[in-house]
Amino acid sequence: MSDLRRTPLYARHAELGAKLVPFAGWEMPVTYEGVREEHSAVRTHAGMFDVSHMGEVEVEGPGALAFLQRALSNDVAAISLDGAQYSVLCAPDGGVLDDLFAYRLGGDRYLLVTNSANHDADLAELGARARGFDVAVRDVADRYAMLAVQGPHARAIVAGTLGIELPPRMRVATVRLGGRPALACGTGYTGEDGVELLLDPEVAPAIWAELLEAGVVPCGLGARDTLRLEACFHLHGNDLSPERNPIEAGLGWCCKEETAFVGAEAVAAAREGGTAEKLAPFKIEGAGIPRQGNPVMVGEERVGEVTSGSFSPSLEIGVGMAYVRADLAEPGAEVEIDVRGKRRAARIASKPLYESPASRKEK
Amino acid sequence: MPEASYPDDLLYHDQHDWARLEGDEHAVFGITWYAQDSLGEVVFYDPPEPGAAIDKDASYAEVESVKAVSDVIAPLSGEIVEVNEALADAPEKINEDPYGEGWLVKVKLSAPAETDALLGAEEYRKLLDA
Repeated sequence: MSDLRRTPLYARHAELGAKLVPFAGWEMPVTYEGVREEHSAVRTHAGMFDVSHMGEVEVEGPGALAFLQRALSNDVAAISLDGAQYSVLCAPDGGVLDDLFAYRLGGDRYLLVTNSANHDADLAELGARARGFDVAVRDVADRYAMLAVQGPHARAIVAGTLGIELPPRMRVATVRLGGRPALACGTGYTGEDGVELLLDPEVAPAIWAELLEAGVVPCGLGARDTLRLEACFHLHGNDLSPERNPIEAGLGWCCKEETAFVGAEAVAAAREGGTAEKLAPFKIEGAGIPRQGNPVMVGEERVGEVTSGSFSPSLEIGVGMAYVRADLAEPGAEVEIDVRGKRRAARIASKPLYESPASRKEK
Repeated sequence: MPEASYPDDLLYHDQHDWARLEGDEHAVFGITWYAQDSLGEVVFYDPPEPGAAIDKDASYAEVESVKAVSDVIAPLSGEIVEVNEALADAPEKINEDPYGEGWLVKVKLSAPAETDALLGAEEYRKLLDA
């Protein structure tokens, strides 16, 4: 695995005996003590994920807003200072090249957090789209380690242990960690409350150790995937791809066609005309665990395909998301999943597949 | 999770399956400590039907962890006479006790001489170390 990149926390993972796997060119921990245990720690207490493989892009200059309005699907003008917003990066035909968070760090300074597998392509695409705008687009991925601390107790432990004031949900704050400037973001990918810390790679191991000492449970990519799937958050490469537009993916809410972003016309056409298929979450009714690529069937007709599938540790059944014929993408619709030749009865569900008591209370 | 172990009274298949002979014509099958450790926590065991014929070196069942599916390879040929029903509600027994309560099937062997091709515990351990 010598050609794989390692995060600043690699030695910590090895020390803890993590199972390390190649992921998007990185050697990443998939689990430490077991996916179910880690999943449960995030649902009931606090877990931390090394997500330093994720990419960061800084966008700065007088033309930053105009550029991002053109480059990203959401209404970037709606992000107030220290705000955060989810967007997709569309191709001209509406296909989803990546999904990302944009944080507004200054009047004309933004930070984008990209998926590691798409980071280089995103940079090239953003660079091309920046032509004609008075803006600098910089790859700052090497400047940050990233630690997601998630769970009902995550905020209290992070604030108490690291002695920093945390921003509310969907906000970002500049803080100091290990004596260096860092960003604390009120965002996550688990369906639980928590924060994501963007910090200096040099101080990341010490911060990790402090949180570990404080009882935060190290969690790998395995639990990250089951948690996000239960929350029905999309994973690019599974549920999002250049072959799918945001409307069929259920991401119409983060597309503001009036901002004239690249792909807006195609997205508007999909919104207006409808799409043949839609992404929908589902639950298996009995035994069986659906996996990516499994056909979705009604009788002998193939009506869709699973894009994410797993055992759900919270629900203890097989769950997934699938692109299905649009008329079937309604909660309660009955389908079958062809799991390696065995038909498994399933029912289309509403989002999220699982909602934690803690997040339900807040609403 | 127990420590790695490979009991001396079992025969091993290089695809990480074991067989415990019971008399001349019957055997119990399961997966080895190494197999369950590689897979992680087993959350689902999809057993074959009693009466099904199985072939040495071919898949006869599936075990799944949260993230992965693994075929289970038959170490010997025969006919399924019993499946471990307890695993339906407690598939984690495959991790906790892979040679005991985590057994998968009992088989009436159709070609007992096939045992000659299996490995002893010492040979299997060497294979894992290689």
